[in-house]
This record gives sequence, C-alpha cells and structure tokens, in this order.
Amino acid sequence: MSAPGPNIVETSEGAQEMGARQVTDAAELLREEGAVLRLAEGAVVDPGDYNLESVEEDDTMIINMGPQHPSTHGVLRVMLELQGETVLRSKPVIGYLHTGIEKTQEELMYIQGSTNVTRMDYMANFFNESVFSLAVEALLDVEVPPRATWIRMLLMELNRVASHLLFMATNGMDVGAISMMLYGWRERELILAFFEKVTGLRMNHNFIRPGGVAADLPDGWREDVLAICDAIPPRLEEYDTLITGQPIFQQRTQGVGVLTAEQAIALSATGPILRATGTQWDLRRDLPYLFYDQLEFNVVVGTYGDAFDRYAVRLNEMRESLQIVRQIVDLMPPGDYRVQDKKVTPPPRARIDESMEALIHHFKLFTEGFKVPEGEVYVAIEAPRGELGGYLVSDGSAKPYRFHMRDPSFANLQSLPVMLRGGLVADAVAVISSIDPVMGGVDR
Amino acid sequence: MYSKREAVGSVTLAGDPLFGGGVDGAVVLIVLLKTGVAFAALMVSVLFMVWFERKVVSDMQNRIGPNRAGPWGTLQTLADGIKLFFKEDLLPEQADRRIFRLAPYLSIVPAFLAFAVVPLGGVITIAGRETRLQLADPPVGILFLLAMSSVAVYGVMLAGWSSGSKYPLLGSVRASAQMVSYEAALGLSMAAVVLVTGSLLTSDIVSEQSRSIVDWNLFRLGFLPFGIFLVAATAELNRPPFDLVEAEQELVGGFHTEYSSLRFALFFLAEFMSTVTMSAVMVTLFLGGPSGPGPDRGFPGAFLPVFWFLAKLMIFLFIYVWLRATLPRLRYDQLMDLGWKRLIPLSLFWLLVLAAMILDRRYGFAVFGAGILLGLLLLRAVQVGQSATDDAAGAAPAVREAG
Repeated sequence: MSAPGPNIVETSEGAQEMGARQVTDAAELLREEGAVLRLAEGAVVDPGDYNLESVEEDDTMIINMGPQHPSTHGVLRVMLELQGETVLRSKPVIGYLHTGIEKTQEELMYIQGSTNVTRMDYMANFFNESVFSLAVEALLDVEVPPRATWIRMLLMELNRVASHLLFMATNGMDVGAISMMLYGWRERELILAFFEKVTGLRMNHNFIRPGGVAADLPDGWREDVLAICDAIPPRLEEYDTLITGQPIFQQRTQGVGVLTAEQAIALSATGPILRATGTQWDLRRDLPYLFYDQLEFNVVVGTYGDAFDRYAVRLNEMRESLQIVRQIVDLMPPGDYRVQDKKVTPPPRARIDESMEALIHHFKLFTEGFKVPEGEVYVAIEAPRGELGGYLVSDGSAKPYRFHMRDPSFANLQSLPVMLRGGLVADAVAVISSIDPVMGGVDR
Repeated sequence: MYSKREAVGSVTLAGDPLFGGGVDGAVVLIVLLKTGVAFAALMVSVLFMVWFERKVVSDMQNRIGPNRAGPWGTLQTLADGIKLFFKEDLLPEQADRRIFRLAPYLSIVPAFLAFAVVPLGGVITIAGRETRLQLADPPVGILFLLAMSSVAVYGVMLAGWSSGSKYPLLGSVRASAQMVSYEAALGLSMAAVVLVTGSLLTSDIVSEQSRSIVDWNLFRLGFLPFGIFLVAATAELNRPPFDLVEAEQELVGGFHTEYSSLRFALFFLAEFMSTVTMSAVMVTLFLGGPSGPGPDRGFPGAFLPVFWFLAKLMIFLFIYVWLRATLPRLRYDQLMDLGWKRLIPLSLFWLLVLAAMILDRRYGFAVFGAGILLGLLLLRAVQVGQSATDDAAGAAPAVREAG
C-alpha cells in the first residue's frame, strides 16, 4: 500500500484505506482502533501501547479481505495488516453497496416510502418498514388499529427468526461447516414461504405501511404460523448437536473476537453483540414499543462477549421469538388491519366504484400523497442485529425532508478492529461472521 | 511366481538389463498392461469419487446434487473436466512462470505413483504367466509411499509461492507447515506397521494380514496407529476438517486461487486422486488389503479380493465425504497443536509400547508400564508448556481461553 495519493478518497476521518506502517501515526492508529470512542472523558492515551516500531515493516503484509471475498457477507472490505497469520491492525472499508436509499427516500412520497426502506437491511425487511411507518405515524399522530400492530409484531418476530437462521447458516459456513449453510436456508424457507403467502413476496415485502399493514392476514394463517413454531425448535436441537456441541466449533469461536461490556457500549454496539457481553439491553423490554409490554419473554445474554456467545445468544433468541409468536397468535384481536383515515390509507377497491369521495381520496393519495406535519422524530426498535433507529424530519410536505436510518450493522461494524486485533486470519472470518453485518444496511 | 526381487538380483550379466533374469517381452507387455489398467482404474475411481462426494454431500444437505449428465449424474465430472479443458488458461503476471506451470504436475504425479505400490488383488495368470494385481512391489514400498506424499507437498507449496499473490502465499505457508508436521505422525504410525510386519514390502504387509480378520493391523496394533494414521492422512490430503490450505472461507482458494483451466483441473484431480490413493494405502496397511474377513483362502478367485479391496476402500471414501459434510475447519494454531502435541507424542509412545511387546512378551509388560509412565510425563510436560504459553499470552482472567 502506498501513502494516500490522488486516487485514495479522503474523508473527514482520514484516508479510507489502511496505510502502511511508516505513514501511519499514533493518532490515525487510535482512530482505526476506535479508541476515540472508547476513551472515557479525561482519560489519557499512552501512545506506547501502540508502538509501531515494535514490528519491522518487512515483517508485515497488508491484505484486502473483500470486497470480493467469500466470507465478508457481501461487499465488505476489511484491510488486514498481518504478521504471519496474526492480525496486527485492521480497517473495514465500506461503501461498495452504496445505493443512496436514504437520499432516494427524500424523493419519494410517504406512501411510497416503505417500498424503498425495505431494501436497506434486506434480511430484516419488516423491521425497516416498521421503523419508517412508526416514525411517520408518530408525526401524523394517528392511532393504528390494534390488529395492525399485532400483525406487525407477528411478522417482525418471524422475521427475526428468519434473520437469525440466516446467521446460523452463514456462521456455520464461515467456520467451515458447509452443511449448516443448507440447513439454515432450509428452515428459513419455511418462514419465507409464509411471508410470501401473506405479502406476496419472499423479501422486500412493502407490507407494513404508514397507517397499518397492506392487507389482512390470509385464511389459515394461524395454522401456518403454529406449524412453523412446531417445526423449527426440533431443528434448533439439531443445530445444537451439529454445531453448538461440536468441539472444533467451540475451539474456533470461544475466546475469539472478545468485546467487553464497556467496549461494546462505548462502540455503540447493540443487539446480540452487546447482549453477548452480558449487558441486558433489549429495546423490546427496556423501551417497549408496539405491544411488547404485554408479552412475556426473556432477554438472552451471554457471559464472555466472544463469537461463541454471539452465536448462542442468537440461537436462544430464536427460541424466545418463537415463544413470542405463539403468544401473539393467542392474543391476535379481530378488527381493522389499517387505520380508517382516508387521508392516510387508500379506500378499499370496491368503494371507488360506488363513492365519488373515495375516488377522489384514492386519486389524491396516489398523485400527491398525504402531508405530514412539520417536525422531527426518532423511533427505535430492536431489529435482529440491534437497535434500528429511524430519524425522520418533515417540512410539512408529502415527502420526507430527511430520513436517516441508524442501522445496527453499520454501528456494529466499527467494533470490528477491536475484535480482530491479535487474532488470526481464520479468527477474522469467524468474527466478521459473528457480527452478521448486512451490507445493504451498512451502506444504505 | 514372478518376483521383482529376483529380477533385480540377476540383471547384472544380461546384455540389456531390462530383459535379464527371465524377463522377456511378454513380461514387459504385462507390466505395460498393468500400468495402463492401474492408471485407467485410478482415473475412473477419481471420476467416481468426485461424483460420489457431490452426491453423498448433497444427500446429507437435502439437495439433489448432480443429476443431469449421464445416469444419476455420473458423467458430471467428465463434463466438468471438458469444461475446464476449454477454459482460458490464465498465467498471472506476477507469477514465477516455470514453477507455476510445474506445480500441478508435482501434485498429480506423486498421487498416481503412490497408487502403484498398492496391492489391489491376488495373483492372476495372464498368457501363462502369474502376476500380482499390483503395479510395482519395490523392496522399499512403504518408504516409497512416504516419499511420494512428501513430494506432493512441493506441488501445493510451490503453487502458492509461485502465484505471486497474497492469499496463495498464505495458503502455501500453511501447506508447508501442515503437511510437513503431519508427515511425522503419518510416518510414525506407518513405522508401527513395519515393526510388526518386519518388511517394507506392501505385498508382505498384506499377506501378513491375510490369515484372518484378527490379523489385520487395525486390531493387531491396537487401533491407535490406525486412528492416528487416519487423522494424519486427512491432514496430509488437505481434506476437511484440515483443509486450511484451501480454506475457501478464509483464503478464497488458498494455493490454487490463481489457477484456472487445465492446471486447476490437475489440482482438482490430484486432490481426489490422493484421497483415493491414501484410502487404498490405509486399506493396505491396516485392513488387510484385498484379503477378506474370513481365514485365508489363498486369494481364490481373481475378482473376490478385488471386491474386498473396493469394499474397504469405499468405507474410507465415505468417511472422507462424511467429514466434509459435518465438521467445521480447525484453525492454524489448533492444527499445529493437534499434530505436534497430541498425535506425534501419542504415536511415539505407542510405537515404543509395540516395540517392547515385540521384543519380549514378558519384559514387554514391564516396558509397557515404563512406557505409560514416560507417556504421562510427556503429557505433563506438554501441559506445563501449554500453560506457560497461555501465561505469556497474558489472557485476562475474564476472558475465556481459546481452545
């Protein structure tokens, strides 16, 4: 690697790429380590901790892991400085999947918004849609019918299971247990088939919209959901046999990529990564939204904050989620699936033929959308990867002035250099996998 | 019966050394025929092995697997080979061209040569001459096997090194360390076989075991050398869970990342050929080669022994496929720990025990006890060393120890 030259993009954080030893100063190094974030106020850094001269430059090699690499979960690029196989420094470089979704959001009416945000974290579509809808509803100050909220919760909890199943699949794959890949996909398919039945699509549903959900649940949904709840736990037992109790898997993940609770909090890691450190923090319990306060569930935490704990937290979260789903099935009330405010949600198709007013509402809604009162709001929900926040600023028009997502993948990724330090290349793969980043959410 | 050793002993005075000592054109023809048959058999078995692996793994993973080319997809490997043959052959600019070209052959030739000393069946008669179903039976049979598996290391190592690329370089570093260290364990468990047989000839090793099933080295040596050999051979072959050299998830493809077309096909072929060869070696060394489970019937039919041999071979091929479908990959340092701290001390210890037992049954038990004592001491030393290493690493008390 050469010194930052004309071809290297400079950001306010310095060069995006990792420089060689001789061009890296201690301050840069600390930034790479995320030390700025981790230091308590008034703490003094001893640059001796980061003695660059301790390693000869000839001994090290900078390699690019990604953006085209089988185990960087898409197009994450991690630059690693290696001494032999030991990782001395590392730096994630992102932006290879930048699609400008947040910017596009400013050009779309609120009624079109869900179809756009759902593509951010494409493994947790319902969460993206929900957080957007919740933000819009908070500004509109509309009350969503209870059934719509319960449907949202049902879909989100199933989505959490689907997302964690995908993690099981990729995590197994990344440590070399290739069969796990297929088993994870297989179980996820059960849930996606249900999603397809409900929304018409397996992913990117655009189902949860401001004002409720797009349609009521189909006939027989209860049996379908209960069938999923019955089918998956035995499969999780199989995962325990195949992976959890597997000595090689334990060797590969235990004590690897350790993050302490203080570090995790300072690096604003959330979700399973934070909970694996033993910190009990789950927005569903600690800042209840929707009707989560009416449900009984446990917050799963780990002890050591290593890759194995992150795996175990996710595995057990799936069991909890399925318990939640069973409760939701019992509690699901009858009623409307979307708010009957014709200024926000379109009228039923049949009404358009009968009522002039309905026709006008329909026309207005789909040509100029609905206006949202001026203001700003931040809502946060517990997505599979951590806190998913939506920050919405409205200038009173039918389009958002700004919509920003605090995506957990993005925030969690900055703990990567801390976790990778001192590990081996194989550990790097296990650690990246244990963060479970979705680049669609990171780059937005 | 024709014997190579006699031939070697009596070539000195003949005009053409090849035709000395009763060796005539027919014998040469038979040898050529056997070479051709052995090569063809190995190639077919490799084609089969690739198909078998893909099919069994896909069964284990709820997939269908290859089912387009030929009946049950059996010709899939052939189709893949043809595809690779017509692919563009890339030579990286940074590569050391000559070595880059040489490496695949260094990988594939030893895999075939090692197969040459494996007895596949009993004695058959061709054109009035008796000949063994074995391509060559050199007096240094076992050493030849070891030598060939060592040479195969060069293929992998040089491929990675000559690619002039970083991931293959890491792969080749891993390859050299891994294959060299597991060779020690491999050699030590082979030494146990040689110790009880008293011969380096593979044919002797097989006939020693052919009396009955209890005479198989698997039982005679007390399972341990077999277990060590199985693990070490897996590592030597770079098969999962020891496939660190390739490690698709870490090193993309390891040593063969930069290879394409026919050269890649050669590596691919070599890997599966070595798998078949090494399984055949295991059958020969520990499971009595072509002898059946019953008492020796002097290899009656020509094909019954071959059947037994193939049946035993299938066991190992299946085990390898099974391992690939099930186990995660070990980490580099864990692999080294397993090799140097577990397998090598264990096989050394067991070799000493076996030697003691062979020396004298009575004194043997005394030496056996001493051996156990020494083994425990060795284990303790390893533990002390391990904890010293951990202390040096300065693991924080709250941190779980890796491994």
